[in-house]
Amino acid sequence: MTKQWAELTPSEKREERFKRWISPPGVSFASPQSAKAYKERTTRLARALQLQVPDRVPVFLPAEFFAASYAGTNLRTVMYDYAELKRAWLKFLNEFDADTFLSPGMVPPGRALDAVDYKLYRWPGHGLGPNALSYQAVEGEYMKASEYDALIKDPTDFWLRIFLPRICGAFEGFTQIPSLMSFQEIATVSFVPFGLPDVQASFQALLEAGRESMKWLAVVIEVGNAAMAAGYPGMAGGLAKAPFDTLGDTLRGTQGIMMDIFRRPDKVQAAMERLVPLVIDSAVAAADFSNTPLIFFPLHKGADGFMSVKQFETFYWPTLKKVLLALVNEGILPVLFAEGSYNKRLDVIQDMPKGSVAWYFDQTDIFRAKKEIGDKYCLIGNVPTSLLMTGKPQGVKAHCRKLIEVCGKDGGYILAGGANIDEGNPDNLRAMMAAAKEYGTYNK
Amino acid sequence: MSEDLVNLLADLKEEEVLAQVKKRLDAGDDPYKILDETSKGMAIVGKRFAGGEYFLPELVYSGEVLKQVNALLKPKLGAGKAASKKIGKVVIGTVAGDIHDIGLNIVDFMLDVNGFDVTNLGVDVPKEKFVEAVKQTKAPVLGLSGFLTPAFDAMKETVEALEKAGLRKNLKIMIGGGQMDDEVRKYAKADAYGKDAMAAVSLSKKWFGVN
Repeated sequence: MTKQWAELTPSEKREERFKRWISPPGVSFASPQSAKAYKERTTRLARALQLQVPDRVPVFLPAEFFAASYAGTNLRTVMYDYAELKRAWLKFLNEFDADTFLSPGMVPPGRALDAVDYKLYRWPGHGLGPNALSYQAVEGEYMKASEYDALIKDPTDFWLRIFLPRICGAFEGFTQIPSLMSFQEIATVSFVPFGLPDVQASFQALLEAGRESMKWLAVVIEVGNAAMAAGYPGMAGGLAKAPFDTLGDTLRGTQGIMMDIFRRPDKVQAAMERLVPLVIDSAVAAADFSNTPLIFFPLHKGADGFMSVKQFETFYWPTLKKVLLALVNEGILPVLFAEGSYNKRLDVIQDMPKGSVAWYFDQTDIFRAKKEIGDKYCLIGNVPTSLLMTGKPQGVKAHCRKLIEVCGKDGGYILAGGANIDEGNPDNLRAMMAAAKEYGTYNK
Repeated sequence: MSEDLVNLLADLKEEEVLAQVKKRLDAGDDPYKILDETSKGMAIVGKRFAGGEYFLPELVYSGEVLKQVNALLKPKLGAGKAASKKIGKVVIGTVAGDIHDIGLNIVDFMLDVNGFDVTNLGVDVPKEKFVEAVKQTKAPVLGLSGFLTPAFDAMKETVEALEKAGLRKNLKIMIGGGQMDDEVRKYAKADAYGKDAMAAVSLSKKWFGVN
């Protein structure tokens, strides 16, 4: 490469990122066939994502934790037993011939959560029944209305000394650390706070969570490498959130953020602006680390049912768009997973460059979306979750056929579920693959 | 002036609403009259929500304003005197294994402002608790909420438990939320699926025979 990264244009950067994904440096494939299959799969996805016509419609199987029940175990077990995690995810990989592999990285390490007394989730055997199929977030006001200024002034300080002690029982001691912004070179009492028993206990818990996470990560990487070697690309280089969702989901809670829209709209805007560069930096780092040009955005509180179009235009979209454009400039392709429906936002979201992002729809009328935004962005979706959970393979296949014929017209489409399913008839997932192969092949 | 309070609340003028309530209470105005006006104001909020003019932020905000009004009124309201006549009882809750409550609370709000006496059992409600609540309240309508896919089975099991307890025959069951739809309604053997909180209101009205 003759040009430095910073000198590349956005489209050169994107080309470079996709090249690294399609022909990853340093991967040893299991066989020439798997090397070929890997290239075919990534090329298929890359073409669809960039509004081109691939060899056939690619598929994202909606199976986040499905591998656990499929392999005869459950989420509780694989959160704590990494050998089981590996066995289940490899079994799923080997028995579905999917277009991508599902990373076990979405399964959190149970003992790390235990070590810090993590309160943001309930998970199987910890606030939920032992056989629960997924973890669930606990809504709460983890940032008080009066704390916007603290967040805006110094997010790191806010996370460390205010937010973390609230969401992790074991980090109570961090409330006793003074702000590091006042650190001076006159080193007499500088380290005293770190000798306090409660502070030491919190750091011990943090170290333990770190040690446990490394064991988990080794398995996640091992499965990822095995999948790559067998020819299956990962689908997400990382996750990111809309600034409004970070405020609404993670910090203020639904009740809190909805009140803030009326009572302190300026603070909401200022906090979101403060979050924009943080989201950008972590998304770019994730894409760099994973050599995958796709960053997934699960979008929550901007959906049709949550706010009006005007509120969406005022509070949700502008800072999200800033993040997206910055990532696009870095050559990344953001995949926007719109939970719920976006039927009333199809107009608003048209103001991005062609092919810049892909929209992954849950309950949005995707047929209408194909007409309105299908020539601008790749569309992904959306076999109804209820059909996948309660329907029969023939019904699933028929629905997929319709999706492929309408949304798959002229490329720019990936067949996927609405939301993920965590149990159910595996043949319904196989029916999705079968439909793509049978009906989704493009004429050359 | 009384016309004002209804509209001030409907228009979400928090400060003006509270100022007026305080002023009128100090002047010795009938707290029941104020209560009645706030109900009318909230009914307008509900109508605007149903009409697509208001969304979740407005519901949450109006609920918060109402909470403050009620706190002002409470010491002045005598015990035992019912505020207004209700159409009938509806029990609602999020089924076992699911802790989502945003949709549930919207349904609670909309049923309440439309004149129903709502018993909200909250989230992660075991089937036994639904059975108990239907037995206790004798409510003829039950609303099951769920966001996640495991709720499909939890709904089915709840309906079966009500059947087993001999309560199903005189009970209408509606479901809604997240990934629910008519397929799930059939699977769970409920009577109706409602796509939003307005549907919960119109289904309840239909089953109670009111318009």
